[in-house]
Amino acid sequence: MERETDPRLIRLGPEDNVLVLATSLSAVETVRLDGEEVRLTQPLTLGHKIAACGIAEGETIVKYGAPIGVATQAIGPGEHVHVQNMRSNYTPSYVLPEADP
Amino acid sequence: MISGYPRSDGRKGIRNVVAVAYLVECAHHVAREIALGFRAREGGSDIHVIGFPGCYPNDYAQRMMEALCTHPNVGAVLLVSLGCESFDRHRLAQTVAATGRPVETVVIQGAGGTRKTIGAGQEFIRQVLPTLESAGRVPMRIDELVIGTVCGGSDGTSGITGNPAAGLAFDRLVAGGATCIFEETGELIGCEHIMASRAATPELGAELIGAVEKAARYYATMGYGSFAAGNAEGGLSTIEEKSLGAYAKSGASAISGLLKPGDRPPHGGLYLLDVVPDGEVRFGFPNINDNAEIAELMACGAHMTYFVTGRGSVVGSAIAPVIKICANPETYARMADDMDVNAGRILGGAPLAEVGDEIYDLTLATAAGQRTKSEELGHQEFILTYKTFEPIGPACLAVG
Repeated sequence: MERETDPRLIRLGPEDNVLVLATSLSAVETVRLDGEEVRLTQPLTLGHKIAACGIAEGETIVKYGAPIGVATQAIGPGEHVHVQNMRSNYTPSYVLPEADP
Repeated sequence: MISGYPRSDGRKGIRNVVAVAYLVECAHHVAREIALGFRAREGGSDIHVIGFPGCYPNDYAQRMMEALCTHPNVGAVLLVSLGCESFDRHRLAQTVAATGRPVETVVIQGAGGTRKTIGAGQEFIRQVLPTLESAGRVPMRIDELVIGTVCGGSDGTSGITGNPAAGLAFDRLVAGGATCIFEETGELIGCEHIMASRAATPELGAELIGAVEKAARYYATMGYGSFAAGNAEGGLSTIEEKSLGAYAKSGASAISGLLKPGDRPPHGGLYLLDVVPDGEVRFGFPNINDNAEIAELMACGAHMTYFVTGRGSVVGSAIAPVIKICANPETYARMADDMDVNAGRILGGAPLAEVGDEIYDLTLATAAGQRTKSEELGHQEFILTYKTFEPIGPACLAVG
């Protein structure tokens, strides 16, 4: 069955548990994930990722069908997946203290 | 369609620049002033400043400078020495002279200081310019082209638009017999096994994996990956994620070999450039910025370099043109003056293949003499720092 996902979100691999924003969502908006309406918790710029489904702490984050790190806390569907809730399996990611979300 | 300046080693240059090379930071200002004297000219050969800032000897830096001063895009060389630095200016001058290029060394301490050296250097350039500018171009085949690719200021769009589009252009070039080089083993961490499966031989595959493992160890010692704060602001969260996007610019061709800076690819095909030093960790980060990688690609003979950017880099390079491929449509809208290709339109529905073809066509046009945006804007960034490399092993260039 074809699962309906918002055209503003890109799924890069069938196994992925994150989706990439193809456009900036400047306000708090509602997106469709697998046919479900999910309200974003914050504005996000294109290129950022949101969870395609619930992700447990310690679970591998999959993008392009490949592991890109591991969740450091439980992540809800539609939540922003980034340095605040995932980490590298190799080397830490350097971010500025005042970096934008 | 494409054409170049024939060189004595059989290669052809797509530009005919005068390289003004300072051999220690203490000679940098004088070198820059020599070149600035020609800045207001319209058309004709460009005068590009390159150099090495260190005072202490380094085999890698010597090899890099020799490779760059005999790069096919270079028609004449002026060496600018303070006089007391350790760089072997005599050997560099002899290496350049052996290729038949005009070369002169000006030594600031011997010439009598800043003003006199600037005058002597500019006099040399005035003498060689008429010959360079009257030199004719000869036809050049695609299989004589060497193209490098880097990505810098990457964001969450780079791996979806710009890098895959550059990869498609690489596939067409490799199919036509050209030499294509991708790099930054520190930005292939996590991709080593997929990449090794594309190696021409299993032995080369093992070398590719070893090169990425070396990079992972090196960066782990440094404490950070090849990952800048702006990458995170652009939506990339980890080095593995950045790597998967960066890997896409290699395209889908078989990998013919593994190079180190200054190695010349023996024949056409796709090569990985290992930019991470060998041996114990010293001299700091492997590549302190994107131009360090561009310089190493040029030292392998790259006539031009693709630069895929999401956040919006503006850099070009001395010696070899840079084609700027913008992955992010919002960045392109802000910085179009600096960008040669708008790959971000893929997010709006443009076919990836259309952008790949545009990059390929622009490659040929640039090789034929058309100037890129960064060339028009006068960008000539260059950097060279200390490193240590062992020669590549026999398995790195396994196929003939």
